[in-house]
Amino acid sequence: MTGIVALYIFMLAAFTGYEIIAKVPVILHTPLMSGSNFVHGIVLVGAMVALGGAVTPLEKIIGFVGVLLAAGNAVGGYVVTERMLEMFKSSGARKKPSGGGH
Amino acid sequence: MDAVTQAPGLFSAHLLIDVSYLLTAFLFIMGLKRMSSPVTARSGIVWAGAGMLVATLVSFLYPGMSNYELIIAAIVLGSLVAWWSGKKVAMTDMPQMIALYNGMGGGAAAAIAAVELYRAAYGNVAGAAVAHSPVVMTLAVIGGIIGAISFSGSLIAWAKLQGVLNKTLRFGGQKFVNGLLFLGSLGVGAIVVLHHGADPLHVTAIFVLALLFGIAMTLPIGGADMPVVISLYNALTGLAVAFEGFVLGNAAMIIAGTVVGSAGTLLTQLMAKAMNRSLANVLFSDFGSGGGGTATAVTGSMKAIEASDVGVMMAFASKVIVVPGYGMAVAQAQHKVWEMCQLLIEKGVQVRFAIHPVAGRMPGHMNVLLAEAGVPYDLIADLDEINAEFETADVALIIGANDVVNPVARTDKSSPIYGMPILNADKAKNVIVIKRGQGAGFSGIENALFFLDNTRMLYGDGQKAAAELVNAIKAAG
Repeated sequence: MTGIVALYIFMLAAFTGYEIIAKVPVILHTPLMSGSNFVHGIVLVGAMVALGGAVTPLEKIIGFVGVLLAAGNAVGGYVVTERMLEMFKSSGARKKPSGGGH
Repeated sequence: MDAVTQAPGLFSAHLLIDVSYLLTAFLFIMGLKRMSSPVTARSGIVWAGAGMLVATLVSFLYPGMSNYELIIAAIVLGSLVAWWSGKKVAMTDMPQMIALYNGMGGGAAAAIAAVELYRAAYGNVAGAAVAHSPVVMTLAVIGGIIGAISFSGSLIAWAKLQGVLNKTLRFGGQKFVNGLLFLGSLGVGAIVVLHHGADPLHVTAIFVLALLFGIAMTLPIGGADMPVVISLYNALTGLAVAFEGFVLGNAAMIIAGTVVGSAGTLLTQLMAKAMNRSLANVLFSDFGSGGGGTATAVTGSMKAIEASDVGVMMAFASKVIVVPGYGMAVAQAQHKVWEMCQLLIEKGVQVRFAIHPVAGRMPGHMNVLLAEAGVPYDLIADLDEINAEFETADVALIIGANDVVNPVARTDKSSPIYGMPILNADKAKNVIVIKRGQGAGFSGIENALFFLDNTRMLYGDGQKAAAELVNAIKAAG
């Protein structure tokens, strides 16, 4: 990937992010923040590559911590977002209050 | 952008990885898109989750990787702890949990930067430099600094909202010290870029200074402003991830990180606007912990009322608007309040919930708490929808809300909250305020609403008061 292509990706992704959020109702701000928090958990793949290429003990330690934190970001972000969104129901679709969970 | 250019024999693995990342980016964007409407929101996170799974699995195929046992151990360990904590956390504590997970992402981005920079630095020491272009080095340094700030700052934000840390540290010249830390981090970063890694001590200094800056910058910010700060760190983590994506030549990281960076920035602005503050004001002023102002004194007296009277009043009303605040959630009263509303609805009373943009601890948090109690989202109205309706309401029931219904925001130019958009509860025929005592609100500002002629105070704990109201409505027949 050349630098200029990376810049194109960067620019288009920035507009995409802006457009996605611009029309969101306030009621979904918290779940959406949580959802976007999950999405940057993609840092996990970078951390995996970093640890996968680690040679010295220092690199391995930092890489290990990186993967650990990234996995926490991805999984934790998914779980809490899913829990929040699961509760959003309209009058028609609603069955039983809270309880449920897992 | 080095890893991908080696080992031509494994072209097919690269192709598979690239195509999978493209699929991941598509699933992320579609997922976020679906999350922006309540009808499809639930499926949105599942789409995004599928994208994450694909990207993670395919990344094991990167050519030339080793340390698989370490990778798998770290993933399993991190996932288990996060899964357990995410399932366990109470809905009221959601904001600080998001802060914590966000900080982890920032830390991971900083770790990637650290691995790359230390490799370059130790390469210099050994005389066998790993060749990184200055552009790559710059991106690694900036991404590392942002990630480290987001990491330590998010941890402080978590500690503050969790109540682990409740002092707000301030001292003279604090902004100067903060500025020094930040510029110091950038300065050492510049040395590292110019001398291709310089030496390991320089690399360490970048991260130590950035971590300290994150702590020092977050400490003076009051609890009320923390959601805006968390949202800002969310955006920063996204940006850090994107930068490290450039360093690794990883398109999925660039796309996902940038989307979150820009979406998060917009979300932060929306939140700050809902609180009638500018972002700079949140970050660099003392308002959030009750620095307060010298507002005009409120005159008049608060008039108390009994739950039985309120029950009768609401049972025979034609329209009731409930204004919940974070106090309701703290008292765990939302289930009782919804039970009360269901009784009213059975009696043919029209019930709506009016949600201020910053009700709860972050925009939309109150909606989550009400959803948890089982309130359907079509009964919940936001500020713009509901404000005209207060004039036709017989009763406005305020429970656990304070500053967001304070009419001085409309009238008193000397008040620190002047100009903040508020819910016009004072326009209702009767205003009932459920409140524990007579003290001022989170911001320390006296609430003129409590002293109006059409306002009555129902003193008591939120949950107990709501239970009394349930009985009172039943008794009203």
